[in-house]
Amino acid sequence: MTNDLSRKDKTLGEALRSQGISRRSFLKFCAATASMMALPPSMIPTIANALEKARRPSVIWLSFQECTGCTESLTRAHTATIESLIFDSISLDYHHTLQAASGHAAEAAREAAMEENDGKYLLVVDGSIPLGNPGYSTIAGISNYDMLIDTAKGAAAIITVGTCAAFGGIPHARPNPTGAVSVSDIIKDKPIINVPGCPPIPVVITGVLTHFLTFGAIPELDHLGRPKTFYGQSIHDRCYRRPFYDKGLFAETFDDEGAKAGWCLYKLGCKGPTTYNACATTKWNGGVSFPIEAGHPCLGCSEPDFWDGGGFYKAISIPTENITKTTIYAAAAGVAAGVAIGATGRMKKASANKSHQKVTIDDLKK
Amino acid sequence: MSEASLPQFNIQIGNDLTWNVQPILHEIRHALRKLLETGESSIIDLRSIPLAPGEEETIIDTLGCGEVHAKLNALGPSEIYETRFAGVWLTTHFNEESSVIGRFIEITRFPEILKSQHEDMTISLDQLEQELEHGSLSDQTETDAETNT
Repeated sequence: MTNDLSRKDKTLGEALRSQGISRRSFLKFCAATASMMALPPSMIPTIANALEKARRPSVIWLSFQECTGCTESLTRAHTATIESLIFDSISLDYHHTLQAASGHAAEAAREAAMEENDGKYLLVVDGSIPLGNPGYSTIAGISNYDMLIDTAKGAAAIITVGTCAAFGGIPHARPNPTGAVSVSDIIKDKPIINVPGCPPIPVVITGVLTHFLTFGAIPELDHLGRPKTFYGQSIHDRCYRRPFYDKGLFAETFDDEGAKAGWCLYKLGCKGPTTYNACATTKWNGGVSFPIEAGHPCLGCSEPDFWDGGGFYKAISIPTENITKTTIYAAAAGVAAGVAIGATGRMKKASANKSHQKVTIDDLKK
Repeated sequence: MSEASLPQFNIQIGNDLTWNVQPILHEIRHALRKLLETGESSIIDLRSIPLAPGEEETIIDTLGCGEVHAKLNALGPSEIYETRFAGVWLTTHFNEESSVIGRFIEITRFPEILKSQHEDMTISLDQLEQELEHGSLSDQTETDAETNT
């Protein structure tokens, strides 16, 4: 990033031109952006005009209980030019995986960015927040909870990247040993854009950032706080194997004639009908493919509690044990509240342990 | 594992897989009629439509290649050509790693991105004037002339 480009008072258009990027290149960038954001191509001139005038927002990225897969997804994106252009158009002031500074120096950078851009910066969070014990996850001695509360105060909006930050994700899976919760379980007074996925598609992450840059506002969200642009339609509805579902043609095993002919993977546990994400159209690895195209059912990773959905290889029509409902009935039966909560927790843990399933090679062969 | 022991897959490719090939071709037909009757251009983003493996290629093969073929070098290469149907252009944008980042069918007299852009021409005019003012262009011209003689 050059000094010219890092000047925050420049518009994106000015910054790009000072780098020798032509208007024609910028239009190409805008065409790819429109495609990425699933906007109609007729919006290309609007995007160009808005981005031309956009000023670089400060972005603070916090990583809590996570595996770094979301950052990997973004930084190893194949559309390197487009991703880097978008990243050049923001001021990423804190990201402890990517930044050179560490410890107190890094925290000083975060605090400086918060003070300088109070009320205007974007907060990106990946990973869930443990409530069980603050010591489960800390950064520079600060608990994840305290850092989130402190940093969210001056944020214009919060983008949760990945299912862990959006819905609790894998740390939240039964029996949830750290008491992991999502950002929206804690923060109630800021606009939150959930970008779930395990990990999310890189262009969906940058698409949300670009939407904020382009329109200066958060995109339209669904009932789970996800941008409708990317999560508005089910994998099933956009799947190229859908006609086989409609005709009742299913693969019964991973190596039968149906699988070889590319038939629908519904009976092999595909969660496409209940999963809302952009995989079927945006695809992965530079648009090469997505899990269903590679012959594997959708796991439903952009949905809440996908890890506890009853088995990746069970068809969604097969009923699963619903522990939550069982415990609610028990509590409603008149058990004293305090006792009920403790007992419910223990029951949940015991049931979860009991119902915990390990997928074996034999299961895959069934 | 020998190649013979690997399972042989035969994913079917054809217009009947998603049924989206024929509708897109009809959409192009409607857009071409609109261009002729009203002068209004249209763009279709091929990445926004569910297509099975091989179907995008089927559309491209059907449209074929016409008389004009252009290559851009702007943030990575781009390939733009008029298909065998006049007024129907195929634009493919690649990034610097040669991965496709966008593919559009444009129904227009001339794709916008091929035109010289106002901002670029303004910068070019400044640059040309500065180079003439400082004599760098005329010096270069004289040097070239001497070399040729």
